Amino acid sequence: MSITDKTPSNPRELTQNPLKKIWMPYKNGLPEKTHISEKGLCMTNCPTLIVTVGLPARGKTYISKKLTRYLNWIGVPTREFNVGQYRREFVKIYKSFEFFRPDNEEGLKIRRQCASAALNDVRQYLTEEQGQVAVFDATNTTRERRETIIQFAEQNGFKVFFVESVCEDPDVIQENIVQVKLGSPDYTNCNTEEAVEDFMKRIKCYENSYETLDEVLDRDLSYIKIMDVGQRYLVNRVLDHIQSRIVYYLMNIHITPRSIYLCRHGESELNVKGRIGGDSGLTPRGKEFAKNDLKVWTSQMKRTIQTAEALDVPYEQWKVLNEIDAGVCEEMMYEEIQENYPLEFALRDQDKYRYRYPKGESYEDLVQRLEPVIMELERQENVLVICHQAVMRCLLAYFLDKTAEELPYLKCPLHTVLKLTPVAYGCKVESISLNVDAVNTHRERPENVEVSRMSEEALLTVPAHQ
Amino acid sequence: ATELLFSLLMKITLAVTHTHTHTQHVLQHRASEASVPQFCNSPTMIVMVGLPARGKTYISKKLTRYLNWIGVPTKMFNVGQYRREAVKIYKNFEFFKPDNEEAMRIRKACAAAALKDVTAYFTKEQGQVAVFDATNTTRERRAIIISFAKEKGYKVFFVESICDDPEIIAENIRQVKFGSPDYVDRDIDEAMEDFIQRIDCYRASYMPIDDERDRKLSYIKIFDVGNRYLVNQVQDHIQSRIVYYLMNIHVTPRSIYLSRHGESELNLLGRIGGDSGLSPRGQKYANALATFIKGQNIRDLKVWTSHMKRTIQTAEALGVQYEQWKALNEIDAGVCEEMTYEEIQENYPEEFALRDQDKYRYRYPKGESYEDLVHRLEPVIMELERQENVLVICHQAIMRCLLAYFLDKPADELPYLRCPLHTVLKLTPIAYGCKVESFFLNIEAVNTHRERPVNVDINRNPEEALQTVPDHI
Repeated sequence: MSITDKTPSNPRELTQNPLKKIWMPYKNGLPEKTHISEKGLCMTNCPTLIVTVGLPARGKTYISKKLTRYLNWIGVPTREFNVGQYRREFVKIYKSFEFFRPDNEEGLKIRRQCASAALNDVRQYLTEEQGQVAVFDATNTTRERRETIIQFAEQNGFKVFFVESVCEDPDVIQENIVQVKLGSPDYTNCNTEEAVEDFMKRIKCYENSYETLDEVLDRDLSYIKIMDVGQRYLVNRVLDHIQSRIVYYLMNIHITPRSIYLCRHGESELNVKGRIGGDSGLTPRGKEFAKNDLKVWTSQMKRTIQTAEALDVPYEQWKVLNEIDAGVCEEMMYEEIQENYPLEFALRDQDKYRYRYPKGESYEDLVQRLEPVIMELERQENVLVICHQAVMRCLLAYFLDKTAEELPYLKCPLHTVLKLTPVAYGCKVESISLNVDAVNTHRERPENVEVSRMSEEALLTVPAHQ
Repeated sequence: ATELLFSLLMKITLAVTHTHTHTQHVLQHRASEASVPQFCNSPTMIVMVGLPARGKTYISKKLTRYLNWIGVPTKMFNVGQYRREAVKIYKNFEFFKPDNEEAMRIRKACAAAALKDVTAYFTKEQGQVAVFDATNTTRERRAIIISFAKEKGYKVFFVESICDDPEIIAENIRQVKFGSPDYVDRDIDEAMEDFIQRIDCYRASYMPIDDERDRKLSYIKIFDVGNRYLVNQVQDHIQSRIVYYLMNIHVTPRSIYLSRHGESELNLLGRIGGDSGLSPRGQKYANALATFIKGQNIRDLKVWTSHMKRTIQTAEALGVQYEQWKALNEIDAGVCEEMTYEEIQENYPEEFALRDQDKYRYRYPKGESYEDLVHRLEPVIMELERQENVLVICHQAIMRCLLAYFLDKPADELPYLRCPLHTVLKLTPIAYGCKVESFFLNIEAVNTHRERPVNVDINRNPEEALQTVPDHI
């Protein structure tokens, strides 16, 4: 990339995009995007293909789904492609492990076709649907199969990163089978013992031909080998930023059972008056909260700290858990925003995720500043996070795999604790209402989001307040 | 009784308990005091392992610098240093021969002295991480350290560097050993010869960390300068951060260019913050910067700016792709945004004084502190470590934070580092540190550097407060 000889005496005009408040050059009244990459980081140049490797019941699908969820949340379009799924669609009914026997020619043919179909969809996702990362979830236990994938990637200009899970602990494998295989469509009509027995035999079918990633033979490949559910990792040839982030993430997750509790601060004075943001004290109502025995985190805003104080346990303050900065609209009521900044108010309704308050933040900014919180939550066990409406929506979206469009409208009422417990491939949510009245602060997206709308239409969905 | 008190300096709410001990009334801070969560409970010893010239000291110094910058008090203990103090004059490699009993005794004593200082650092100086930099190539030596740490309640994390590429080793020796006090009067060939024999002294007894026998230890093995890593039993947050950092650094030669935006309209008026455009002189600087960068003939230069108009306008003049980072935005001065220092003194004299008392930790009302800046710049530093040639066009406070990281400046110096307008700093890693070259591009600009005044008391008078304010319109 070289500096051109362009005469610098006519610098390009800059205009600020009204939604995201990003400065961009423009010409003839239209924005020019040639020279800018925004959001602070161009994560990937060529798309990346993540390829799982490992015997059945080693957590490949668990890792695939979790990684996909994390990457999408931080803004990297990612999709997983589970070859087993393709097989289930092709072979409508699963009879037994015999399908997977290495001498079952018919079975092998079908499985090869399914892998090809999946790779085809990968190609489409990465080249035509603006995907940046595809997670190819299958056993991929032979060097031959992996070589096929490498060639496919080379032909299409994709980077390849292998994630191998190696585990010989029978207890862990048993637990895996119980948690996720028994509920699989393959075993809906079997009892537990039958299912476990069949699955064990299925694993055996792969064992003889399993060629683990080798330090010498595969030294030119980029990969991470996860051993014994995270006791040990071997990391080889990390090529770029996104691979580095993936490695960091995979090294921080664990499967020890635990629960994460998310709640907002107790009702505050500003909540009662219908004002947003600010740093105020609690109302008398807000001081009733159940006590618990966990790691407790708060923001640095007084209302979350007061809430934590009531629990009488040690807690840690995180500045990054502070509520979204509403900039010039801090401490305003929605009515006041409509009166003073009707254009801003409409833009926000048009794209609430990307909309940035003037001199403030967007939900998209929040996600970026919350990433270290998510990383630390992954490392920890039982944690109670006392935070704020927008922040809680972002954290919840991560755990429940909600899209950017849904995220800003997730319901996170005051005086309700959400208990999240990882189970199988997802997260169980229990909503615990503390039976203490509080004002509603949830504003639905109104029907009319046009800049030209009337005040009444804009304020239609504002919740009641004093 | 617990009270919530608001720290006027840091703008955080702390729970304080009033307790009475005998006749004393003691205030105890229960919640975390700093503005970032504390991740270290027990102190941690990072123990280097590896033959000479494998980059142990390079890693130790860099890691120490990084941890201190992110706010984890860390200190390095280089056993070679202790040996140089005990044995004033280094004769030759024979000192390191495994059958040299006298020398063995001295070396063991040095390691013990270093461990003693580690204890003092943890118990008396509030240190959180100690980097124990020595070869530690035998299981016996490592067992002594493990036992020491266990007895004191310190966590241990090993960092082993394994490398057999003769070119890398030779380059290491050239870069850092020739300048060592051990070889100050030797010519290069002599020194190289001696050092190679020194390495041989360790080779016979070198037992790398064993993946089977040592599977309960926490460690990272770095192979061939980062080609491959083996990570075992990461215990906690700080170890996880250390692993992430070590996996992102590299030794490929490159340079990092730091510059502020060209002079802005608000700069001319002596106003802080805001989002104004470039002044005419600022625009001239942008053009001069383009010429300068072109003249540097930099391979594959990446250009980064903030989201603020003035850095973007500066980058526009270069005519190349650039990336905007919100994390590079100037410090948020909260209620003081777009004020002059005179106005701050008039409207917020107490705030102004508090800032002079502790400029690093001081947080503007509804704004940020330098300490906050470091926290939000950490991903920028991590990416700078991954990258090669980069030009960062940013702002005064931001540039001070980045510079402090590269030049290992402590928190109390950081907010006073000089980062004048229209000057490019070129940082090139060399040996154990960073070479700095400063290029003033000959376009005049206002001075925006305000020194700490003599009187920082809240009750000072305005003249004393405004004494060091630079001139403006």
